[in-house]
Amino acid sequence: MKKLNGIKLNHRKNTENSATVEFPLPPRVKIPMSMNMGAPCQPTVKVGDEVKVGQKIGDTDVPFSVPVHSGVSGKVTAISDYQTAGGAVCKAVEIETDGLQTISEEVMPPVITDKESFLKAVRESGSCGLGGAGFPTHIKLNPKGKIDTLVINAAECEPYITADYREMVENADDIICGIRLIMKQLDIGRCKLAIEANKPEAIKNFTEMTQKDSTIDIVTLPSSYPQGAEKVIIYNTTGRIVMEGQLPADTGVIVLNVSTCAFIYRYTCDGMPLVTRRLTVDGNAVGEPKNVHAIIGTPFREILEFCKTDMDSIVKLIGGGPMMGMSIPDMDMPVVKTSNALLAVKTYDERKTSSCIRCGRCVRVCPMGLMPADIDRAYRIRNIDELKELKVMLCMNCGSCTYVCPANRKLAETNQLAKALIPRK
Amino acid sequence: MNKLIVSPSPHDENYTKTSTIMLNVIIALMPALAVGCYVFGLRALLLAAVCTASCVIFEYVCRRLMKRDNTISDLSAAVTGIILAMNLPVTLPLWMAVIGSFVAIVIVKQLFGGIGQNFANPAITARIVLMVSFPTAMTNWAVPFYYKDGIDAVTGPTPLVSGDASYLDLFLGKVGGCLGETCALALLIGGLYLAARKIISLAAPVSFIGSLALLSFIGGDDPLYAVLSGGVFLGAFFMATDYATTPITNKGKIIFGLGCGIITFVIRHFGSYPEGVSFSILLMNVLTPYIEQLTRNKVFGAKEAEE
Repeated sequence: MKKLNGIKLNHRKNTENSATVEFPLPPRVKIPMSMNMGAPCQPTVKVGDEVKVGQKIGDTDVPFSVPVHSGVSGKVTAISDYQTAGGAVCKAVEIETDGLQTISEEVMPPVITDKESFLKAVRESGSCGLGGAGFPTHIKLNPKGKIDTLVINAAECEPYITADYREMVENADDIICGIRLIMKQLDIGRCKLAIEANKPEAIKNFTEMTQKDSTIDIVTLPSSYPQGAEKVIIYNTTGRIVMEGQLPADTGVIVLNVSTCAFIYRYTCDGMPLVTRRLTVDGNAVGEPKNVHAIIGTPFREILEFCKTDMDSIVKLIGGGPMMGMSIPDMDMPVVKTSNALLAVKTYDERKTSSCIRCGRCVRVCPMGLMPADIDRAYRIRNIDELKELKVMLCMNCGSCTYVCPANRKLAETNQLAKALIPRK
Repeated sequence: MNKLIVSPSPHDENYTKTSTIMLNVIIALMPALAVGCYVFGLRALLLAAVCTASCVIFEYVCRRLMKRDNTISDLSAAVTGIILAMNLPVTLPLWMAVIGSFVAIVIVKQLFGGIGQNFANPAITARIVLMVSFPTAMTNWAVPFYYKDGIDAVTGPTPLVSGDASYLDLFLGKVGGCLGETCALALLIGGLYLAARKIISLAAPVSFIGSLALLSFIGGDDPLYAVLSGGVFLGAFFMATDYATTPITNKGKIIFGLGCGIITFVIRHFGSYPEGVSFSILLMNVLTPYIEQLTRNKVFGAKEAEE
């Protein structure tokens, strides 16, 4: 089997041994109606309404979407316009907390009798991919074709982030129960729990836990970025190739993030929707890097202060990992469902871009076998036929090419811009 | 409130810069240059200094005149200067060396857009231009260690012409020739250093040297003598691995090296020139875009074009 390219990154998993810390209840939260892939929700509450923990506060009729719930009890103070870090515009519900954290009567374990009721429950849980991409879980779990393998993505290949790792350490049983639940409900015969080699404790623990279960394999992935990318992890766990234009399900595989899997199981037990999440807070401006368990809607600023961050020194804030995370333009933006990490850095060296020297590093690192240097050249002269031939559409924006470029060319960014030039069929 | 920098991912980089790469190439060239100075005297160092300085100055002036960002700090002009000097006989008049630098930097490199844009190797092209323009001066080979007798350069034939040097002398560089090309050992050390630092791939050098040895063997020449004499090691490790003028993929690099080996053999064996390394590399430089077209990577999961 051909080995896919990748890069060795400095893992900097500074927080891997720090147990998750509960973040105290914030005085107010701001919950955006768009936190994941799919259509934004419309608020189902009005200014002045009292809301409780777990209560649904936003929903939509569009199937490719997930509802939004409140993680606090209190009073809706405003429904404001909001722009996400990705640039999308939606509403946000602002709630002043009353400190009581009264649980809503809506919160009760779902009744699951068949696949349909299971998928309905998954949607009602507000679940989306917690690894960062935020794909609606109920859509992912309901593909057209026959699925024979469930791949649980526990690669966590980005530097710094240990949120999934802490889930594996702290809630290993939930993960295994979640795997069994999904396999049972969707009638999948095989599961591959794929963990990167830099988490030996987790590999050992899960191997012991699944010793007697022949349907769950623990797969050790090499420590090379990007192992967690969907097509890469499918190839490295099953040997199957997701061809151009195909979805993972077309190869009989569903890939689900490990924390999402554990969450689904917990939801089926207690009915508490996705209103909190664990995120890794790190970066060289952060005094005490740690994993915090925070209510969705908590302002990043408070979380940074909680982690003893030198606020004035921050020059860049990243939601997610350093390779694929998004720049956060404003410290007052809230934790969302996909916030797996918050990195605050005080040194950011914006090196000047110079000419391509054709060293070929970008070509050697691209996991997809693309040739970013050639794409860059074709993009500059707007040669669309050439861009198509170079298969730029298959770029998944892992950033490896930009990372290694000695001329500091923004190759990954160029790939995204080049994609936009290609007319959609 | 601080203004946060907003930029697309990735937000991290590895800190290998163009100048880091070029500095490593300079380091890798040092053993061969040192041997050149030892064998041919301090004039070798003078020639190298003149070439390097003139290359850097030409690059600076050129970029200024073209109103473009200055690129001398990326050290690529310095690399060109050193490689050019290593391709010259130690007795070459300095003004000719300056003309060589002009050809390399101004005509071959900057007129085509500067670093990474040139289609031909600057140093090789400059060597060829000088060879055609000043054939006598460019084939005036000093005898090793002539300077120890306190006399002016005594000249003699290169081992490629005489064919009587010992393997050891060829390997250690105690033979006549261009000042940086004679010591195969020093060039090998430099080449392996670059390969170990992952700055060059050994695909082109190995296929170049390998194919030349094989063809020489088939052609009835001494294969070891063929690869150790002349500019094979300098060409294979430092010029057939030039980023801008050779293919990017490994498959392409192998084809490039094979082509160099074949052309070098053909020129040496059948042609009227004793040496063919420079021409072979230049000819393969010209073919590089076509090799690139034919050796593109197969994209993971890509469908073949539908007709």
